[in-house]
Amino acid sequence: MKINQNKTINPVVHFLVNNAVPLFIFLLVIFSIPLSGLSGTFLINEIITRFSRDLPLILALLIPVMAGMGMNFSIVLGAMSGQIGLIFLTDWQIAGVPGLLLAILISTPIAVLLGYFAGVVLNLAKGKEMVTGFILAFFMDGIYQIIVLFGMGTVIPIITSDILLPNGYGVKNSVNFIGVRQVLEKLIPLKIGQISIPVGNFIVIAILCLFIIWLKKTKFGQEIQTVGNSNEVARMSGINVEKTRILSIIISTVLACYGQIIFLQNIGTMSTYNSHQPVGVFAIAALLVGGASVTKATIPHAFIGVILFHTLFVVAPRAGVTLIGVPQLGEYFRVFVSYGVIALSLALYAWRKRVEKENERKKALNLKRSLLAEQ
Amino acid sequence: MEKIQKIIEIVGLPRIIIFLFLVLLFVLTPFVGIRFDASINDVIVRFGMNAILVLSLVPMVKSGCGLNFGLQLGAIAGILGALISIEMNLRGFTGFFTAIGVGILFAVVFGFLYGLLLNRVKGDEMVVATYVGFSAVSFMSIMWLLLPFKSQTMIWAYGGTGLRTTISNQGYWYHILTDFLQIKIGSHIFFPTGTILFFAFMVFLVWIFFRTKTGTAMIIVGSNSEYARSCGVDVNKIRIISVTLSTVIAAIGIIVYEESFGFIQLYTAPLLISFPAIAALLLGGATVKKASVANVIIGVFLFQSILTMTPSVINTLIKSNMAESIRIIISNGMVLYALTRVTGGRS
Repeated sequence: MKINQNKTINPVVHFLVNNAVPLFIFLLVIFSIPLSGLSGTFLINEIITRFSRDLPLILALLIPVMAGMGMNFSIVLGAMSGQIGLIFLTDWQIAGVPGLLLAILISTPIAVLLGYFAGVVLNLAKGKEMVTGFILAFFMDGIYQIIVLFGMGTVIPIITSDILLPNGYGVKNSVNFIGVRQVLEKLIPLKIGQISIPVGNFIVIAILCLFIIWLKKTKFGQEIQTVGNSNEVARMSGINVEKTRILSIIISTVLACYGQIIFLQNIGTMSTYNSHQPVGVFAIAALLVGGASVTKATIPHAFIGVILFHTLFVVAPRAGVTLIGVPQLGEYFRVFVSYGVIALSLALYAWRKRVEKENERKKALNLKRSLLAEQ
Repeated sequence: MEKIQKIIEIVGLPRIIIFLFLVLLFVLTPFVGIRFDASINDVIVRFGMNAILVLSLVPMVKSGCGLNFGLQLGAIAGILGALISIEMNLRGFTGFFTAIGVGILFAVVFGFLYGLLLNRVKGDEMVVATYVGFSAVSFMSIMWLLLPFKSQTMIWAYGGTGLRTTISNQGYWYHILTDFLQIKIGSHIFFPTGTILFFAFMVFLVWIFFRTKTGTAMIIVGSNSEYARSCGVDVNKIRIISVTLSTVIAAIGIIVYEESFGFIQLYTAPLLISFPAIAALLLGGATVKKASVANVIIGVFLFQSILTMTPSVINTLIKSNMAESIRIIISNGMVLYALTRVTGGRS
């Protein structure tokens, strides 16, 4: 039914309907830029910075969508592993690129382990992956707190007491990474006019994108897509569905771990008990703003999303000040946009799914009826 | 041994662990120098504060809409009622019941729209509800800045726009239920008769409702919607009624909570309000598809006992604030357990 309608609909209208979310945010951004009163150079610099530090986390979401598991809210687990790596690296005071590599070395096994755990849990909750992943992130937040706040300095040895709380154990609320601050950005410095371009980050992003494209083309990538299309078909063709799903979550978690390391080394400091919390929501909102859906998310979606979403992030608070003189307005507004976009996309997806199901049922009924009539 | 395994299977391992943990906490109280009766008092007070919010989850579970992660909508309706009652400068029982009345009006509207939405996303209610709740809270944060409230107790005295982050209801209807027929037992127990009576009244209403024709239809819709449809029940209508009912009870619940707590909390405060309520219900033995008033009472009692006892006992014992982390693990662990069981085991 729907498909037939779409054929007769004007292609322009079709395009507008299908891309309602990105277009709406685009208009909002266009509307807010003059209100914010920010200069073009500042804006471009800000967008490039945010693009280069936030994109890796968004790319981490793509594989689970391919596997039909929806938006992976449990990438927060990856962010936690990245933070643990960064805590150790700060403790051991290793600076520069070796420090960054060390953080990756420490956090990768943790991310693999957590990813495996998340995969197993999500397999137990098929069809409810998103809400389960979301709660799982909350649950692991408690475990993370116990480990970092009570385990570090007591069970887990910490050398420098600088990063510990005054009572001798537990990591401080904020940790500064003086040694690795913006290592990636400073790796290959490039400045065009007043705009600085972090070539190092772009190279990493390119590698991540190539990895995802390559993965799609491997046999394993094909298997992931088959599982994403239909668990039954995949099982019949001899694919181990559970294992494929777990592996895709592990990849996502590890990528998120690297994403968080890249993000935090750019900021140069982290809020030990809060930095990981909004990672899932912001990454997912950005991806959806880029036009992705729960069943389809591609690298271009991630690129468009990160630019639109973060431009809005920069301009919305300033626009709020201009409009009613309250900076919080813009702040609340961008939080509202993040949650609203996720709510809207999830609702549209669920609605479409139900309509399709209903249509199939009707089709099956009609078929049955016509068969009976023939007899 | 087999018998024990069977009990574990029925009651659920997390519940047993949490229960044993609670017993341990109670056993430890005399050794860490905490007054047992004071702890009991805290548990009773918190029970009264939270029970109606947890009760509000029941109709939606019964009709098959799952756990109401969008509880915030009801809370917002209740908060609006409370604010309007204070704005009208109403005090005492008049103020309290005006707050509830206005809250119900908003809740009916929100609940109806929310129900329409949930009918379109059958099967994915929970994840959609979570983000609808979050969006509603962040949207209302903007509204709290812009709505034209005038009462001096509610807006910033100087240098700010919009409503305060916490608004005291002292002098309006603070402890109006708690102090009603309060009974003093010993030196540390003040039994909040009014609050408990009000909760009992709400339970009674819900109990009656599920014995009416609509209530029975709701249970049928929840257990088997295909069968309900073949019986001629309008499934979508019944689901909307259940969602509206849940939202209305939640609105009343938040007002009772504020009445006991003494403050109306705005902006991001109601953001995560659904999680402890859901955890309590599940701890009481409910599942994603089954919940009863008994689950509410047992669950709130156990959950609030843990919330009260963990900080006092653990923090004195190891001199640190581990209680918060334990609370996070217990409440989310409970939800996680429930979610992984529906599809994992027999459904």
